[in-house]
Amino acid sequence: MLTLERRPEPNRRVALLTPIIAVVTTMIVGGLLFGALGTNPITAIETIFWEPLFGEFAFYYRPQLMVKGAPLVLIAIGLSLGFRAGIWNIGAEGQYIIGALCGAGVGLAFYPTESWLIFPLMVIAGAFGGFVWAMIPAILKTRFGTSEILVSLMLVYVAEQFLASMALGLMKNPEGFGFPGSRNLQQYASAHNAELFTGTGMHWGVVAALIAVIAAYVLLNRHMLGYHIRLTGEAPRAARFAGVNPTRLVLFCLGTSGALAGLAGLFEVSGPAGMVSIDFNVGYGFTAIIVAFLGRLHPVGILLAGLLMALTYIGGEIAQSNLGLPAAAIQVFQGMLLFFLLAADLLTNYRIRLARTEAA
Amino acid sequence: MGQPLIELRGLTKAYPGVVANDDVSFAIKPGEVHALLGENGAGKSTLVKMIYGLVKPDAGTMTLNGAPYTPEEPRFAREQGVAMVFQHFSLFDAMNVAENIALGMENPPRLADLSARIRKVSLLYGLPLDPERTVGELSAGERQRVEIIRCLLQDPKLLIMDEPTSVLTPQEVEILFRTLRKLSADGTAILYISHKLEEIRTLCDEATVLRLGRVVGTCTPRKTTASAMAEMMVGETLTAPARAAVASDEIALEVTGLKARSPSPFGTSLRDITFTLHKGEVLGIGGVAGNGQDELLGALSGELRSDADTIRLGGQPIGRRGPEARRRLGLLSAPEERLGHAAAPDMSLTENALLTGAHRQALTKRGMINWSAAQGFAERIISRFDVRTPGPHTAARALSGGNLQKFVIGREVLQDPRVLVVNQPTWGVDASAAAAIRQALLDLATNGTAILCISQDLDELMEISDRFAALNEGRLSEIRPAQGLSVEQIGLMMGGAHGMEVAHV
Repeated sequence: MLTLERRPEPNRRVALLTPIIAVVTTMIVGGLLFGALGTNPITAIETIFWEPLFGEFAFYYRPQLMVKGAPLVLIAIGLSLGFRAGIWNIGAEGQYIIGALCGAGVGLAFYPTESWLIFPLMVIAGAFGGFVWAMIPAILKTRFGTSEILVSLMLVYVAEQFLASMALGLMKNPEGFGFPGSRNLQQYASAHNAELFTGTGMHWGVVAALIAVIAAYVLLNRHMLGYHIRLTGEAPRAARFAGVNPTRLVLFCLGTSGALAGLAGLFEVSGPAGMVSIDFNVGYGFTAIIVAFLGRLHPVGILLAGLLMALTYIGGEIAQSNLGLPAAAIQVFQGMLLFFLLAADLLTNYRIRLARTEAA
Repeated sequence: MGQPLIELRGLTKAYPGVVANDDVSFAIKPGEVHALLGENGAGKSTLVKMIYGLVKPDAGTMTLNGAPYTPEEPRFAREQGVAMVFQHFSLFDAMNVAENIALGMENPPRLADLSARIRKVSLLYGLPLDPERTVGELSAGERQRVEIIRCLLQDPKLLIMDEPTSVLTPQEVEILFRTLRKLSADGTAILYISHKLEEIRTLCDEATVLRLGRVVGTCTPRKTTASAMAEMMVGETLTAPARAAVASDEIALEVTGLKARSPSPFGTSLRDITFTLHKGEVLGIGGVAGNGQDELLGALSGELRSDADTIRLGGQPIGRRGPEARRRLGLLSAPEERLGHAAAPDMSLTENALLTGAHRQALTKRGMINWSAAQGFAERIISRFDVRTPGPHTAARALSGGNLQKFVIGREVLQDPRVLVVNQPTWGVDASAAAAIRQALLDLATNGTAILCISQDLDELMEISDRFAALNEGRLSEIRPAQGLSVEQIGLMMGGAHGMEVAHV
């Protein structure tokens, strides 16, 4: 029988290498999958990983990397704080939607006034919207002991309905000839999250993501609150003994992740997406969960993982259009990445033993 | 009677990084009570697990009644007449005694028949037990009886008992010993594992002493002094801790009518606990495990809150304060469970030093952590308490139990507490480390710290306490001066035989 035996102390160097091992394994097994689908595996892998960065149209794809990566990183940083403490916010997608609606709502309410104050107000509203949406599972958990996993997940669907109602009702563009969707914020200068440098893809969301990475790094490594977050995740009883207030920690972790997801939504709706529409959300909130784990819940790791994930998205789209690979194959490929990461993770902490039952 | 019942020859078992048993040989005759003696980590548990079929030896052979004996699984061991009572019971709280016993059987008979057999065996061996009672309501001593009767129903030829008295009051120990003597008179051999020397001297016929996985000696306990056996076990001469402190009249901690609900469903809530603790005094709290020890530590550390006035530190009401606030005021504590409660297993010793030392050692400034100061504090603990570890970056779970315990106690001792509360300070620690920890506690008391020591080791409590009280079902007994207390008196304070009438065999 196969048994898992805990290693006394995992090798730190191997632990740092696991994401790379996972990526390489994904390339190999993914290549086999693409081969089985009748595509040249090397071409497929090259299309996904090389084309967006150094290919003929890289000037177009590279900025896309920022645009797609920034929300993933911003959301994943927030989620990682909670995940470190054993607080599972699965509903970032919902907080992302509500943040976008609140932020866009503020912008649309001021239309057509022009003022430099409008965009900062939208940013605050976006963060606040995500924060409030995350406070629902947080308060239910601390007050009544409900599972934040279920509540936050369910609230995603509520948020989606809310988004549809807004896109078709209150926020619908009055000059839109009856089409669903709000005014385009890209055409409203005071509310537009424009590129800071043309052609780089760099918008305020990218700046926010980088600040979040640095702040999270300092929090987790240098600050007592970050220490308490890690302690709660690793040994909840020891955390209580140390004097951590679990209620406050739940509120902080869910609140922060909600606010960051809300910010990501606001930057998306006022920038790359431009408008509130029924299908505004594209799953960043869920993909960010993968990004958080792929980055080993470490801020720098999350930054790299967010970029990698954005790369597979963009590369995957190119592979779909250029090589005719089915979308499902690309999704399997992305899923493999998480699977191999978790497997490599397990093997750094445990070893497999072929043993007879020897348990006490 | 010349032939041994079971004979071990050259048993060896290695785990990655450690040889648990190295060439262990001895034999047990039918009806013999054989002691297996050794410190924690000497390899006693591994050895009996091999006999019981839980672990397969790497080398060596066993014979049972002259025939080769190679148990693949505990089931085979039981079929051949080898039974074992574990230190930790495997019973379901929500079921009654007979149902629990039936669950462990290959072909359980009808419950009514089983109950009748349980009654018969329990009367025969002087272990009164009602098969209809729910296990959750039983005391630790009674639960142990369930486990013993479960074994006796199989009619064992060899009964292995792993540290059976650690959960018993002295009166319950007396009942157990009477049972074991009767079993032995009927021809059942008993392998008795313990590190309590006086017990072994009163009960056992022969003893095998293990140290670091090897047999270092055999003796006849009745004819050997306890100190001679201790030296065989430890391999060195031990010095008993000495103390000079005289308790002052100044009250350090005052607890009045403390009530606290246990956070766990099968825990014991504290009921109306009242005591005062003076500066420079050691108050020992004895009692059988599960009578409110964890809850008392939690209520004093601040993990469980109570009414403000029920706990006063130097006159200041602190019942509503949390652990960190109490630490700032000088009330420090060290819980029993080292891994997961007193320390975070996967964090380094530096990080674990920060766990309780953040404020008193000034390891943070406006919330920012000074890691080099934290590491310095960890290094001080390591050197002062002789913690054997490669360094402060080592993860807590990589340390042996005894070394981690030294670290956990040292962390609090070095913070110069006004009041220190410890639960089981030397549990699972080898004898020389235990002596060092006790000495550190006494030195602290000499310097004026008030110490509350909760322990299940009565010898330890008698050695270091000025006054003694016992916890029994969440209540505290009357507090008496430790000097001159007899074992009988202590036993009664602990709740006697826990409401059971002593059976007449």
